[in-house]
Amino acid sequence: MKETEPSNNEREFLLQALKDGHRIDGRKFYDFRTLRLSFGSEFGAVEVQLGNTRVLAKVSCEVVRPYTDKPTEGFVHFNTEMSPMASSTFEIGKQTNEEILVSRLIEKALRRSRAIDTEGLCIVAGEKVWSVRVDIHFLDHDGNLVDAACIAAITALMHFRRPEIVVDNGEVTLLSIEEANPVPLSIYHIPICVSFAFFNKGQHVIVDPTYLEEQVKEGDMTMTLNIHKEVCALSKAGGISLEMDQILQCTRIAVVKVTELTEQIQAALDADAKKRNISRRK
Amino acid sequence: MAPKNKKGQADAADESTSAPTLRVILPGDQLPPHEANLPTGQDEDAVSMMIDQRAPPTIKLGPGLTPMDDDTIISVKAGVLNHTDIGNRWWVESNQRRYVAAPGESVIGIVTGKTGEHYKMDIGTAQPALLPVLAFENATKKNRPNFNIGDLLYCRVAMANKDMEAELDCVNPTTGKSDGFGELKGGFAFKVSLGLARRLLDPRQAVVLRELGKHFPFETAVGMNGKVWINSASTAHTILIANAIKNSEFLSTAQCQSMVKKMVERI
Repeated sequence: MKETEPSNNEREFLLQALKDGHRIDGRKFYDFRTLRLSFGSEFGAVEVQLGNTRVLAKVSCEVVRPYTDKPTEGFVHFNTEMSPMASSTFEIGKQTNEEILVSRLIEKALRRSRAIDTEGLCIVAGEKVWSVRVDIHFLDHDGNLVDAACIAAITALMHFRRPEIVVDNGEVTLLSIEEANPVPLSIYHIPICVSFAFFNKGQHVIVDPTYLEEQVKEGDMTMTLNIHKEVCALSKAGGISLEMDQILQCTRIAVVKVTELTEQIQAALDADAKKRNISRRK
Repeated sequence: MAPKNKKGQADAADESTSAPTLRVILPGDQLPPHEANLPTGQDEDAVSMMIDQRAPPTIKLGPGLTPMDDDTIISVKAGVLNHTDIGNRWWVESNQRRYVAAPGESVIGIVTGKTGEHYKMDIGTAQPALLPVLAFENATKKNRPNFNIGDLLYCRVAMANKDMEAELDCVNPTTGKSDGFGELKGGFAFKVSLGLARRLLDPRQAVVLRELGKHFPFETAVGMNGKVWINSASTAHTILIANAIKNSEFLSTAQCQSMVKKMVERI
């Protein structure tokens, strides 16, 4: 189904409100919506709720043969699934531009920034490596799918534990949860996406746009940073052009947001580990 | 569970509680015959709607109820069963998000296109609705209002047949007056659930609108399709009103009053 454009009244009101210094949902310009993380009963299942946007990530793994040119490297795959459940504008089997952008950005943010140690996924060089797969399902669309999906994916990877293995003379045995404690993946850093939307020729910058704000925006930009203030990825697909100092200003805002979000994710993971009565490697 | 068992259970439950209580029914549930003022004979399956002498002979079924071939009545929606003695009407009060057009309901639509004789309107239904360009007060072939794509219009559903595009109008066909329908200028519009929209239109249940009205003046138009339009003196007030209405969906009267009070204090 075709996306319905917002009415002129909504559009004009939103822009006028921004000029008056307000956002439609009563947030400040640089505020994120309330983030809620809930973990499933299994390791690696996380549901992220960012305002009314909801994303579910599930991590699974299997043992596969590595590529011959990279015999010691494991695999990490991201798979995004946008169903009509999230929004009636999505159709099954038909990728929207938005979906392609979101999945590319997740790849860029998490895989190309080398957040996950792929060498650590090697079991027997050239023979057996782990292939980790992250399925990201979008359950409800109220704007800013990228940030929610990124938080869901990295939190699920941090929450995930793979089965312990024993290698004996080239023979690999997987140990069940009863036999040995499962092992967490080794993650170097936690990249977090922060999306910006620009209005009124770039005069107004907002963080974490809602669906209506995304429909009215003139341009957008997504930055991926980690807590060490390293920019992992920057994506700006179309929209209005920006000045250098605007981008720097966005970076400064993103650093603050990333620090807040990382702390919240760590706290949620700690609380969950406590509930499960397991220790967590920091 | 077979429908017959369900009917038996519902009957038993109703005999124990004689006072009118909140009755939640699910799709497939049968309306027990004595409740719908139908005779409760020995053989319940032989009950007919037409042969009762004591009660009004006919009943009127509203949304969510449908008569079956064997003269029993079953529900097709999950919700609360409602009844009024005037005309012996029965209907199910339920909540959903997708609008299904019904004749006579007032809705708020967005103009999405224009052909020679019609405006194409988005009223939240699965298919776009049609609004004839002449369905306005004092509209003639030479003198008629002109709307752009994206404009908001408050209109009434004139015709809604299954498998057909709904037809709207902005004029009362008998008097030729607009009756308050027409373009909504300025302000802000947002979506709520259909259940909340219905409650906002009921003066007894629209606590949030009454509470907000105590603090500042505003205009509002509520469409049965879940679209709410509001306008007030300042953007800050309009935003507050919009969020208060959205928050009010699951609040009781007392909670609603304190929510509005808190929001007004913060501004």
